[in-house]
Amino acid sequence: MTNVKVKSVAKTYGPIPVLTDISTEFPEGSFTSLLGPSGSGKTTLLRIIAGFIKPDEGVIMIGNNDVTNVPVWGRNIGMMFQSYALFPHMTIAQNVAFGLERRGIKGEAAHKEVDRALEMVRLWGFGDRTPKQLSGGQQQRVALARAIVIKPSVLLLDEPLSALDRRLRQEMQVELLRIQRESGLTTIFVTHDQEEALTLSDKVAILDRGRIVQIGDPETVYEKPLTRFAAEFLGDSNFLSGKVENGAVRLSNGTVVRSDSALPGNGADVTLAIRPEKMSLATADSQPNRLSARITTVIYAGPVLSYILETPDGLPLKLFAQNRDGRVLREGETVSLSWSPEHTIAVAN
Amino acid sequence: MQNDQLALAQTRGSVDPRVKRPLPAWVSTTALLLPTYGWLTLAVFLPLLTMLGFSFMSATPMGKTPVEFTLKQYRAFIDQPYLLRIGFNSLMMGFWTTLFCAILGFLAAVALVRATVGKAREALLVLILLPFWTNGLVRVFSWTMVLRENGFLDNILHMVAPDAGSISILYTRYAVVLGLVHGYLPYMILTCYIALVTIDDAIIEAAASLGARWWTILYKILIPMAAPGLISGAVLIFIPVIGSFMEPRILGGRVGVTMGTVIEDQFTQAFNWPLGASLSFTLLAVVLAIFATFSGVLRGRTAG
Ligand SMILES: Nc1ncnc2c1ncn2[C@@H]1O[C@H](COP(=O)(O)OP(=O)(O)OP(=O)(O)O)[C@@H](O)[C@H]1O
Ligand SMILES: [Mg+2]
Repeated sequence: MTNVKVKSVAKTYGPIPVLTDISTEFPEGSFTSLLGPSGSGKTTLLRIIAGFIKPDEGVIMIGNNDVTNVPVWGRNIGMMFQSYALFPHMTIAQNVAFGLERRGIKGEAAHKEVDRALEMVRLWGFGDRTPKQLSGGQQQRVALARAIVIKPSVLLLDEPLSALDRRLRQEMQVELLRIQRESGLTTIFVTHDQEEALTLSDKVAILDRGRIVQIGDPETVYEKPLTRFAAEFLGDSNFLSGKVENGAVRLSNGTVVRSDSALPGNGADVTLAIRPEKMSLATADSQPNRLSARITTVIYAGPVLSYILETPDGLPLKLFAQNRDGRVLREGETVSLSWSPEHTIAVAN
Repeated sequence: MQNDQLALAQTRGSVDPRVKRPLPAWVSTTALLLPTYGWLTLAVFLPLLTMLGFSFMSATPMGKTPVEFTLKQYRAFIDQPYLLRIGFNSLMMGFWTTLFCAILGFLAAVALVRATVGKAREALLVLILLPFWTNGLVRVFSWTMVLRENGFLDNILHMVAPDAGSISILYTRYAVVLGLVHGYLPYMILTCYIALVTIDDAIIEAAASLGARWWTILYKILIPMAAPGLISGAVLIFIPVIGSFMEPRILGGRVGVTMGTVIEDQFTQAFNWPLGASLSFTLLAVVLAIFATFSGVLRGRTAG
């Protein structure tokens, strides 16, 4: 139960930089998700923290200890793998006791710890079974028990739930969060499921081509994306580009859009991001920002309606509307959209 | 009307005569198993049975002496107690050869699986199999070149230390075991390799993350998980080794008298096939007894 610091970590494989100058801190007891597209370096970063990979440059600190040169077995980490990685030739109890034995905890003391850990993952009484006799979800819970029973300094999880089906996965998310809260373990969780990242974490770190482009609590990262990539990768966004003019932005079609974000000086190019659910169909008392567009596609998803629209000058837009007043707009209708300057975020390209 | 009849016929399950009736299950089962069992009978049981028949004869049924049924061949170990010592030596030879093969073969397989990938691994595997493909006689004779007095090994030693004596181990049991290990090691490497490649990297990483160092991973994870490979390798090696006669003869010289050479002598020199056959079957019984005890012990340990 300590914090983890990563300082200017870099890693290249041959000519390809996989991680570039990663510096961040994972505070004590926090749950951080590493989120990013495939190949962005999430696994590599996690494995560098675990000690399976040596970074070319940089320092890894667990608590006050520089562990950059400490091998995996000396780092006191709890690790969970996508493939469960239980020891097939041992019983569940032996699996969980494995890390305790390495720490010299044996006999009755070990027995108690194992029982407690199995109870925590709601598998008490399964100790005598073998991994093969458990379902996938149960096996993953054993893996979790095995990882937390050693009271690791940090819990590292590489897409541990992606082999489970949807329902089981949601159940496991709840369990995982409960256990993380109960144990207070500093947790780093790799995923490329954005919903999972938002619901589970205290902090979300978004990786793009080996760099952390943004890190913060889920609300901030979602509401105030810093870059176009972050706005696009986490959730959906509409993008408008234009030039700054007297504290507002004039789009190429002449429309003036206001934003509460800090804007650069007059004449500078700027990209604005607006979440599709923040836009609404314009009414009399609507927001100052408006655009008219023609509906090209209607996606009916029960509680939410998604519209894909196009402005007269060919700019594609998305709009998510609550299915509240029962009126579903038709394809081909032209509507006026409005949104507030508060939800108009200037992002870096 | 016609339709009704058709429907009725179908519900009753009566069979259209034009549709071929499927063969009874036992016919197809027999047909499918025949090649396997036929081959087993031809290649294994017939020769074994013939040998078993020989072992109860009083003389080789090719000479002029009349052949009678007798059990006396099976008293060889009682009548000629020196055979007991030879038998024991053969078992020890099998034991040491299997043990060295297991240690070296397992470590080689671990290195192969954990330290190499792709093309390099395939190339190394082929190199390891090379002694397998060379003629056994050539292989064994080349060892005599290496091991004899003033042989390759001595020459190297004398280059370093000119005054040192000979370290020739030719015509000792060490030489025999050395030659046998060289010849049979590929079996062990292959069976262990096959067992080890199936182990997921994540399992080893999980063990390391829990605090296991390489030797703990070796004896707590790799060896237990690859045990089937070790055991099948041991069986594949032990049995032919205790019956081997070429290596003991060439590399063992005077000390190279083993059950294998004794049995071979009965067939090729003494022309006493019944005795050779009975000795073979006695040896087989002993080996089976050893394996039965061994597997019983193993099962007892895993259950306990
Ligand atoms: N051992 C290696 N040798 C060469 N390149 C590697 C190696 N491991 C990873 N890479 C490269 O590093 C990049 C990042 O890989 P990494 O596994 O960290 O991605 P990831 O974000 O975990 O992706 P995913 O979501 O698909 O798991 C990839 O482009 C990958 O090809
Ligand atoms: Mg990955």
